[in-house]
Amino acid sequence: MASITIRGVKKNYAKTQVVHGVDLDFASGEFVVILGPSGCGKSTLLRMIAGLEEISDGTIAIDGTVVNKLEPRERGCAMVFQNYALYPHMSVAQNIGYSLKVAGVPIAERTQRIQAVARVLELEHLLDRKPMALSGGQRQRVAMGRAMIREPKVFLFDEPLSNLDAKLRVQMRSEIRKLHRRLNATSVFVTHDQVEAMTLADRLVVMNGGRVEQVGTPAEVYSRPASRFVATFVGAPAMNMLEGEVTLDGISLLGGSRKLNVSRSGLAVGAKVEVGIRPEAVRMAAPGTPGAVAATVDLIEELGAGRVIYVDLDGAPFSVVTSETVHPEPGSTIGLQFAESDLHFFSSETGGRLDVFKASVPERTLQG
Amino acid sequence: MEKRVTFGRWTIGILFAVPQLLLIFTFFYWPAGQAVYWSLTLQQPWGGGNIWVGLDNFRSILSNADYWNSITASLVFAATSTGLAMVIALVLAALTDRQLAGSWLYRVVLIWPYGIAAPALAMAFRFILAPEAGFMAVVNKVWPGFWDPGLDGADAMASVIIAFSWKYVGYNFIFFLAAFQAIPRSLIEAAAMDGSGVIRRFRDIQFPLITPTIFFLLVINITESFQDSFGIVDIMTAGGPANATNLMVYKIYSDGFKGLDYSGAAAQSIILMLLIIALTIVQFRFIERRVHYR
Repeated sequence: MASITIRGVKKNYAKTQVVHGVDLDFASGEFVVILGPSGCGKSTLLRMIAGLEEISDGTIAIDGTVVNKLEPRERGCAMVFQNYALYPHMSVAQNIGYSLKVAGVPIAERTQRIQAVARVLELEHLLDRKPMALSGGQRQRVAMGRAMIREPKVFLFDEPLSNLDAKLRVQMRSEIRKLHRRLNATSVFVTHDQVEAMTLADRLVVMNGGRVEQVGTPAEVYSRPASRFVATFVGAPAMNMLEGEVTLDGISLLGGSRKLNVSRSGLAVGAKVEVGIRPEAVRMAAPGTPGAVAATVDLIEELGAGRVIYVDLDGAPFSVVTSETVHPEPGSTIGLQFAESDLHFFSSETGGRLDVFKASVPERTLQG
Repeated sequence: MEKRVTFGRWTIGILFAVPQLLLIFTFFYWPAGQAVYWSLTLQQPWGGGNIWVGLDNFRSILSNADYWNSITASLVFAATSTGLAMVIALVLAALTDRQLAGSWLYRVVLIWPYGIAAPALAMAFRFILAPEAGFMAVVNKVWPGFWDPGLDGADAMASVIIAFSWKYVGYNFIFFLAAFQAIPRSLIEAAAMDGSGVIRRFRDIQFPLITPTIFFLLVINITESFQDSFGIVDIMTAGGPANATNLMVYKIYSDGFKGLDYSGAAAQSIILMLLIIALTIVQFRFIERRVHYR
């Protein structure tokens, strides 16, 4: 078990900077998921922790020791790679036991430890096989075994589930979670799949464009996204975003066709904002219901347990998730309702969250 | 299910194969067949037919000490030059693989030696390794009589081996580099995470994974060292001194076209062919087993 401290870490490749100063603290035994779109620098950050990429600036410390100049093997990390990276010419047992062999562990102890790991991962009957003769899920487990056998202080996962089919991914996800509970090693898991991130994480780090957008528990990140990016990236289908402008008595939406009466606005009149609402927070109502806005149905996606209804709201695309057994016809008009407390406000300029409803925001005299 | 093209009439299929069959027949089976025929006859140097002599040509060659000397020289040449060309290329490729900046340049530059005709290359090396001028002259000045390929058979053999290896280092390098680059980077990284250092990684991961390439190059290098050595020997030593570099392929030429013993030369080329076939079979039987195909 070990804590990881990341301070001002940057990464440059020649002239392009891909990580722009990241500060993070991972507690001992924590399961941290780094989530972000491809190219956001999340894998680079992980590889810098592992020692596979040089750190251009800043420091990374494991258990208080700065590891910037240490070789990967001296850092006490084990890593599971996206493509598993199993040694194709070695058997499963040799793959799992390779680190022990390198470390000069006697063969009797090595065999015993390989057996123990294989038992945990249910690989005992496959130990003599070559990776070629394994299924995707089995390869994945061998890759985990290879990381586990070293009893590392830190587990690093680089999108390890993205090569598996959907069903297996769900299964491996819970296995990883169980394994973590059992080994209790600090784990850093990189993924672009937000469902994976939400289900696995103790704490979620959302990255975009080489910067950390938000750190928090999955519930925090979902319910109080710190930026427009996080709001639209976490949650499926993505949060609805409507452009608006602050007026004297509230916010005018959709070029003035709709108006939102925000009572405690801390914003200057004329400021551009984006108003977000999760599709799950929108309720459907009969058209013409007082307080409901009318929208035209475009398309319905059936999910079994519920359905996603894509509608046209005065020309803006908008989606609603409902579990009600309603099947509005495409082209028909429906009413939409939502609570003010479910709205999120973001600055159009910076993309940052605006706490319009927060009591601590000083009330300003609106001018104009 | 494998996708196959099928022809309505078998004759169309044959027609497609004809150009290739014609080439192979004209340039391989026909000359090889002729050589077999000549090797069993006695050919008149000035024309005028040949006499069937059975295996007499082979008997006379194999009872000749000069010929056995030539076989030994060829085997020494094949083993040393193949070993040298492959080891140097392997080391260069392994180093290049680690530092990739500008590797395209190495790739281009190192393939050139292979594109140089053997006699031209041999001419260059004849000057480079000349005992009376250049670098070796300096060495000879320090240790008089140290180097003279014109007098010392071992020096002559070394010169021929150096020239041949130089040509094949580039060729081998390209293949080795390609093989190294084909190894997924994550495998090397996984090994690094497993605590394996540079040398250990090379031994445990990279080397086993390039064995198919090593094997391929071994077969090619050995085969070529028996055949492609002709031009180099002809220009650099002409088989001398005292037959020290009279490799089998060169002896076929000198016996046949200088000694005008066509039948003996034909028999020698049959023996050389059988030797190469035998060596290739041995390699496939005993070495290929240790190759890890992915």
